[in-house]
Amino acid sequence: MAATQMQGTATEQGFSAAQSGDASAGHDANAEPQSPLARLTPEQIEQLGREFDAIHDEVYADLGERDSRYIRATIKLHRQLVLAARALLLGSTLQAPWLAGTASLSLAKILENMEIGHNVMHGQWDWMNDPDINSQTWDWDTASPADAWRHSHNYEHHTFTNIRGKDRDLGYEIMRIDPHQRWHPIYLFQPLYNLLLMGFFEWGVAVHDLNRGAIHSGEKSKEQLLEELKAIGVKARGQVVKDYIAFPALSALAALVASRGSVESSKRSFKTTLAANFTANIVRNVWAYSIIFCGHFPDQTYTFSEAEVADETRGGWYVRQLLGAANIDGGPLFHLLAGNLSFQVEHHLFPDMPSSRYAEIAPRVRDICRRYGLPYNTGPLHKQLGTVHRTILRLAFPGGKVRPKPGPYQPDLT
Amino acid sequence: MAERGAVPHVSPVRRRVLDLVRSFTSPLLPDDYLELVNPLWSTRELRGRVERIERETPEAVSVLIKPGWEWPGHLPGQYVRLGIEVDGIHHWRAYSLTSAPGRPDGCIAITPKLVPEGKVSPFLFGRVRPGAIVRLGGVEGTFTLPEQVPERLLFISAGSGVTPIMSILRALAARGELRDVAHIHSARTAETVIFSRELRALHTQEHGYRLHEQLTGERGRVAPEHLDEICPDWRERETFLCGPAGLLAAMRERWERDGAPQRLHVEHFQPYEDLGGEHAGAGGTINFCKSGVQAASDGSQSILAAGESAGATLSYGCRMGICHSCVGRLRAGQVRDLRTGRVHGQPGETLQTCINAPEGAVEIDL
Repeated sequence: MAATQMQGTATEQGFSAAQSGDASAGHDANAEPQSPLARLTPEQIEQLGREFDAIHDEVYADLGERDSRYIRATIKLHRQLVLAARALLLGSTLQAPWLAGTASLSLAKILENMEIGHNVMHGQWDWMNDPDINSQTWDWDTASPADAWRHSHNYEHHTFTNIRGKDRDLGYEIMRIDPHQRWHPIYLFQPLYNLLLMGFFEWGVAVHDLNRGAIHSGEKSKEQLLEELKAIGVKARGQVVKDYIAFPALSALAALVASRGSVESSKRSFKTTLAANFTANIVRNVWAYSIIFCGHFPDQTYTFSEAEVADETRGGWYVRQLLGAANIDGGPLFHLLAGNLSFQVEHHLFPDMPSSRYAEIAPRVRDICRRYGLPYNTGPLHKQLGTVHRTILRLAFPGGKVRPKPGPYQPDLT
Repeated sequence: MAERGAVPHVSPVRRRVLDLVRSFTSPLLPDDYLELVNPLWSTRELRGRVERIERETPEAVSVLIKPGWEWPGHLPGQYVRLGIEVDGIHHWRAYSLTSAPGRPDGCIAITPKLVPEGKVSPFLFGRVRPGAIVRLGGVEGTFTLPEQVPERLLFISAGSGVTPIMSILRALAARGELRDVAHIHSARTAETVIFSRELRALHTQEHGYRLHEQLTGERGRVAPEHLDEICPDWRERETFLCGPAGLLAAMRERWERDGAPQRLHVEHFQPYEDLGGEHAGAGGTINFCKSGVQAASDGSQSILAAGESAGATLSYGCRMGICHSCVGRLRAGQVRDLRTGRVHGQPGETLQTCINAPEGAVEIDL
């Protein structure tokens, strides 16, 4: 297909000298790190765009049975984990089944949310033409209605990634995550509601999808808002009925039968199953929050002004995605549970590429970074998450500076 | 959106129970878990299991499929849409059903011919194994016998054009209604005659069935002028014709010139744009309400084709009235079905733009 020769096309001269601390003309001493975008010539950006396009085309030409088997197996694994968890939790009054059941259910929910839901709804598997594994028909076990999320995430966030004032995912409209955002006393509370958001992330995302700005400006009509609230209500009811009524009741019934009519143990079983389900939802939320906050908010990532990205070309879009995202290091199991969003850079370059391919193309992305003198943002989870929380704490207060940025990717250092 | 199989006939009680269980599976369906055990149990769409693959000729196989739920039934001569995964990608194709309705084993059969450069037929030919799961879409097609079986029949087929006719012949034979049937069938060589053994057996065993096999590799093609010699009373026979476009056009011309065109039934397995104006009507204007495009059709051009020539970007699939990828909601006006000439249209009706032409002014939500 369009698999042009990847190697040796980029020029190698001189990028490594242009380190990020290097303030060029027009920047004063206190200036923020210069965006590597400004260092590339239009021709280089165009060439880089072609190289990324070629990776995409090459992978898409190669998609086939191996990929289809992967997503089907992952979906099957999720359903088996759910069945195992629900069965174990029938005995939730005992410690071992409670622990095993809760762990299994947490894993299942994480898998369903990250590797399956997020990625299917991105359209990563639409090429299979399967009516069930399809972005238009999929629904996930979170509070966000599929349609609303697809709009706010796939369209708004992935198009306007890290453009200040346009990407509503920068701080989710409730947090000061970038020093360019004007300080307001409300942000003093952000360390606190950051913790709440962590635990109840799915609800935060659902409310975020409503788009507060559009409601205030009147861009979104009352009727539409009501309809969207109703959709969240439907999702909420689904989860509440399932996790907090139906399954606890089933456990209660099982306990009633097993204890030959003891109402006391039946009640206890209801409560312990409810607690297990609640715990699994919280675990999933904390995990999803952590992975997703590491995607764009670690120190390494750049944000952009609207002026910087005016008249952006396809190549420029790729560079912005590359600079605005950060990966998390880890093994295959970690990447699976992270929904491969630990390859956030690759995901932002190719949002519709099957997630299982990100690990395979990562070396080629790094090679492009090296040849064009661009950074490749990555780090271990504790480091990435640490810098995110440090930023949230620091920017709760007025002031704050843009953190120093890494230099061009150098293979031997990572 | 990706196409789905037909909704299976499932008892209301079972549906009610599954609905109740949904509280435990939301947002998934009980089906999603039942399918772990057996993918045929889906109540969302009809699926089938490949039971047997029988080699008919060096380039045709019959695939016997057992539907997961009771087969909704078909008329001999109709086709079914079949969805099958090949190399990870789901493909939909329409195949004539070659089995007669009501087989005792509950199976249905299709008999695809190998198209070496195709996607699906090479898979059905060499790679599919018994046990494979396929999706079964709706049964469609108007290439069927009238309810009252005509006294005298003529079938003309060439190559894999014999497939819908085989289903009709099998049904007639099973009901003992092969009273006076002539069949002219062409194939390149003796080995490439699909169903040759069965057709020849009918020829020797049934007094009411006469087969004329034309091996075109030796004797050339059947031309309209050969009819008088092969089947002198062809004008008096209700005729069913299925084969390549050239044969269809030549025969149709003969019937129009000196036969009774209303007695000729043709199965066209090809895009309707290529068919000319057999059932063309008055034509009219089309207002595509969503895209704001205005188009006009002379009556033989489908809504889809007219919209495309006016610059509208419209989604489509098969372009022959099978896949329903091109449907749009009719707001106002009447349309003519180019396959049958039937004029229809209710406001709010969803219609296939690829096989309907406007009959007067039409507004459609596309």
